[in-house]
Amino acid sequence: MRVTLSWLEEFVPLGIAAEDADSVAELTATLADLGFVAESVKQVEPQAPGVVLAKVQEITAIPGADRIRRVVVDIGEAVEVVCGAWNFSVGDVVPLALPGVVLPGSQEPMQRRKMRGVVSNGMLCSGAEVGLAEDAAGLLIVPPGHGLVGQEVSSLRGLGRDVVFDLEVQANRPDGNSVVGIARDLAARLGLPFNPGGSSAVLSAMASGVSLHRGPSGAAELPAESEGVWVRSEDAEACPRLLARAIGKLKVGPSLPYVARRLGLCGMRPLNSVVDASNYVMLELGQPTHPYDMARLGGAGLVARRARQGESIKTIDGSSRELCPPGTQEPPCVIADASGEVVSVAGVMGGASSEISIETTEVLLEAAHFSALAVARSSRRMGLRTEASLRYEKSCDPWVLEAAIARICELLAESGSSHDGPLVGVTNMARQGSPVPLRQARASALLGTALADGEVERLLVPMGFSIGKGGRPGSVDVEVPTWRPDVTREVDLIEEIARQRGYSSIAPRFRRAEQVGGLTPRQRFRRRLGLTLVSLGALECWTPTIVGSGSQDGLGTKPVEVANPLVKEESALRTSLLSGLSAAAARNLARGVGRLRLFEIGRVFGVGEEESVKERETAALLVIGEEDVAAQAVLAWRSIEAALGLQRCRLARTEAPGMHPGRCAELRAPDGSPLGVVGEMDPDLAEKLLGVPRRAGWLELDLDRLWASPRRAEQVVAPSRFPSAEFDLAFTVSEEVAAYEVEEVLAAAAGSALESLSLFDVYRGAAVEAGERSLAWHLRFAEQDHTLTDAEVSSYRQTCVEAVEAAGMGRLRS
Amino acid sequence: MSDTPSAQEIIEQTLMRAEQALLAAGTVAELDAAESQVLGRSGEIAGLRSGIAARPVAERPHWGKLLQDCRARVGTLAAQRRAKLWATERAERLAGEARDLSEVLGEAVIGRRHAVMQTWEELEDIFVGMGFVVAEGPEIEDEWHNFDALNTPPDHPARAAQDSFYLDVPGPGGREGALLLRTHTSPVQIRLMENQAPPIWAVSPGRVYRRDTPDASHLPYFHQIEALVVDEGISFADLAGTIDSFTRAFFGEGVKSRLRPAYFPFTEPSAEFDISCTVCSGKGCRTCHGVGWLEMGGSGMVDPAVFEAVGLDPERWSGFAFGFGIDRCALMRRGIPDLRLLVENDVRFLSQL
Repeated sequence: MRVTLSWLEEFVPLGIAAEDADSVAELTATLADLGFVAESVKQVEPQAPGVVLAKVQEITAIPGADRIRRVVVDIGEAVEVVCGAWNFSVGDVVPLALPGVVLPGSQEPMQRRKMRGVVSNGMLCSGAEVGLAEDAAGLLIVPPGHGLVGQEVSSLRGLGRDVVFDLEVQANRPDGNSVVGIARDLAARLGLPFNPGGSSAVLSAMASGVSLHRGPSGAAELPAESEGVWVRSEDAEACPRLLARAIGKLKVGPSLPYVARRLGLCGMRPLNSVVDASNYVMLELGQPTHPYDMARLGGAGLVARRARQGESIKTIDGSSRELCPPGTQEPPCVIADASGEVVSVAGVMGGASSEISIETTEVLLEAAHFSALAVARSSRRMGLRTEASLRYEKSCDPWVLEAAIARICELLAESGSSHDGPLVGVTNMARQGSPVPLRQARASALLGTALADGEVERLLVPMGFSIGKGGRPGSVDVEVPTWRPDVTREVDLIEEIARQRGYSSIAPRFRRAEQVGGLTPRQRFRRRLGLTLVSLGALECWTPTIVGSGSQDGLGTKPVEVANPLVKEESALRTSLLSGLSAAAARNLARGVGRLRLFEIGRVFGVGEEESVKERETAALLVIGEEDVAAQAVLAWRSIEAALGLQRCRLARTEAPGMHPGRCAELRAPDGSPLGVVGEMDPDLAEKLLGVPRRAGWLELDLDRLWASPRRAEQVVAPSRFPSAEFDLAFTVSEEVAAYEVEEVLAAAAGSALESLSLFDVYRGAAVEAGERSLAWHLRFAEQDHTLTDAEVSSYRQTCVEAVEAAGMGRLRS
Repeated sequence: MSDTPSAQEIIEQTLMRAEQALLAAGTVAELDAAESQVLGRSGEIAGLRSGIAARPVAERPHWGKLLQDCRARVGTLAAQRRAKLWATERAERLAGEARDLSEVLGEAVIGRRHAVMQTWEELEDIFVGMGFVVAEGPEIEDEWHNFDALNTPPDHPARAAQDSFYLDVPGPGGREGALLLRTHTSPVQIRLMENQAPPIWAVSPGRVYRRDTPDASHLPYFHQIEALVVDEGISFADLAGTIDSFTRAFFGEGVKSRLRPAYFPFTEPSAEFDISCTVCSGKGCRTCHGVGWLEMGGSGMVDPAVFEAVGLDPERWSGFAFGFGIDRCALMRRGIPDLRLLVENDVRFLSQL
């Protein structure tokens, strides 16, 4: 919402000059403290400085010239100029730029010129030339009473130096989308009167509380039909109030200078006196209205109803819109004229057929209250957002309609002749909700600050709330003004109290939890995993959760699809971290990076049984550019296993989607539960995902399972103080048997005296038969209470050898 | 008087010869040889000792003592000389092993946590220090937890397919409604309040999703952390105090916080919380668009409607919540100019973290 300082000043006597930067900054801060944060604060220069108002005294033809005339104007002295415009007559007051004046949008100062032998001592200006209108066809004619002869244009109302605040208005503050709404809050905060001054009878009446604070008393008494003008609402839900007024004897032209300028500064294009008046009042009071050209309507009646199948409208923006395409669930609310023709999309945009033009002489002005939901839905469905729809969506004050109509009539009268015709209306809603009880003690407790007696009243009443006696001791009943639909509960009033008092007036309190804070063991486990991966030289990545559906081909899991992805091609939730880490690797490889260790810890998703969605936390490590990447992945796993204190897991050879069929092992906890996979990515898939032929080591872990898998006891075993005995055993083992399987047999056979068991040599070659390899382990034994005897050691040795041979896993190599 | 030399003289001469021999030794090996020539089994002293038997009985003790002193004296001299030779030899040996350690090949073998994770954990640690626990919840949420329980109006824009990612799978239906990627971490708070009786002091960090087109300051997926406190007698003043403590702990002692009115469906009163600009200290600069304050996130007192949704009595319990972006904090902390750098995973970026 944009608002200018001079406009605010008309409602609240701030007494701030636009050039006073400190005061403007202070006002900006006050607005922010009230919840209206300025996205920008812009100083604007006076409008057309140097241009003065001149009264036309004499118009004469120039011999031989048929496009220009000689004009004598009075600016306190007579000035003779040459003018090419024809829309004015003697007695009109028009702007005059004297030599030396620089007009808006021009760099060159005005020069004295001679045309057809006549010296022009300046230039009479159009609205466009002084920057107040787009119409450059004729001179800007200032209506009587809006300026004195010889007065500078920039000293006219609203045309001086000004400040434009672009304010962010919270979604629950529809009143903030109006000048009066912001002014009212400011007046309350600053302790200033909320007083529109003498410029408008309507606004004075509003400020005195007759209608703005309380609404007009006679709302329900409006007739639905008067002197042939009528309204009807066939949809009380979407349009609970519909008012209309016929206004005749109009002469449509450029708007009053201050109206045009303020509209321009607030981001609306000035068009003509009628449309501008409607827009000006929308910005001022927050209530959209719509003027129809009476002559172009099919009669003097307006009907609010739902659009019917087959109906369409050409809106003012020039596009034709089908209102109710086949299959429409909830047709938009429209306004139709007496002939049944749709003439506007309710609350969104009017139709081109009844648009106001320069020829318009009589207007049917619609002021309606449309439900926020109805307008929001029409606007969304039609993809059309307008200043009006934005305001309706936030919900408008239903009881400001009469004032809005009166104010528009006032502006039209001000800019020229007009005749206010009959005012009609229908109302299908109750006037006021029930008062909201407020306990002062509750307010003090929730805010954490003691409110003084009378403070609640002092803060709320200037904003239009009224306070009555409550039903219970310590409680008051607060009547909420009609422009504050956001306030329905006690807590809403408490927020208003805090807001108007200023959040900064509530002293911070430093209360602490009684509990001791901390991470859960599972959270510490995850952190330790992250640190272990870092210690293995891996860089942590953050990759997207929503990935290209094709990037997960060959991974075997059914992905969860997003119904409304940002990019159509990227609609799948990741089933693994593989696609994301591969993409990250591919980008780095493309830049010539040779060695990569990347990891990520994050959630992956899949469709489980019966279409249920499964969410898992996983960790993955990708190794590229190192010797024997599969082995590197295994070594990384061993470090993780040790760092997390896991019991020794099995690496069971397996085939998994996306993995090298011969170089993949499932990690299994001692109880057999799968924890993840380790090995090498399928080389073809790796080449496809990485963009270059590279071998990629891969380790992927399921954190929930990892966390649940058995861990080594926290208690340690004190090392034996007696010497250890050690020996090596080498077996020829079939390629069909995994090393870990032999190792498990050895460990079981060795018994409790075994201190350590490690595979130290793998040999394939001439000395062993094809289909076999030699595996050599180093075993170390110790007892807690004595030095091992030779007999004991040789018995351990024998037991181990016999166990492996008995299991048929291998033969001792001699 | 015979002119045969006295015991004293013989020993002194032996000593002198030994001393010369020891000093002449240039290596430990030569020293060992010289020493054994005097002290060894067939050395001079051994020779003299075997001669004692031929001496008169009265002289024998005297000879014995002199020989013992001589042996001790030679031993001391040899040890001193040996230490000196050892030192010299060691110095020569080690000098030969000298190398330029800056010519060592190879790179550091340590990885890095991601900037977002570092910030995430730092934030967790600060809140843990303030007595909070860390709560987590699913990234796929149902409408009830993500919107309804948080008092989100039926027509709130966040619910629209324009703003949130809905999933193309049937949701649980009923009260829970459709499934979507959570748009904030607030549903974790709902789950907490559903499952745990107050008092609650918890923060919930996590990844959240909004349908924003990626640019320098937006990503469709990002990370948030939210604090929730529910207890008896919790007030807006406690909210202000907690935010203030957090701000100083994370951004530094000189950084101030302020609350200003805002609207969120799940809090009332609601406040936007700002911190004084960390670049210009509040004087006004480009980073803060000249206003001296940076918008951090939303906050407020838990709306009674939220308490009612989870079955807590708003007359008994009160609470506050506040939340903000983790990624943005990482950007500020690390001077990262563009959010998209965080997801590019360029190793030149990652290895600086």
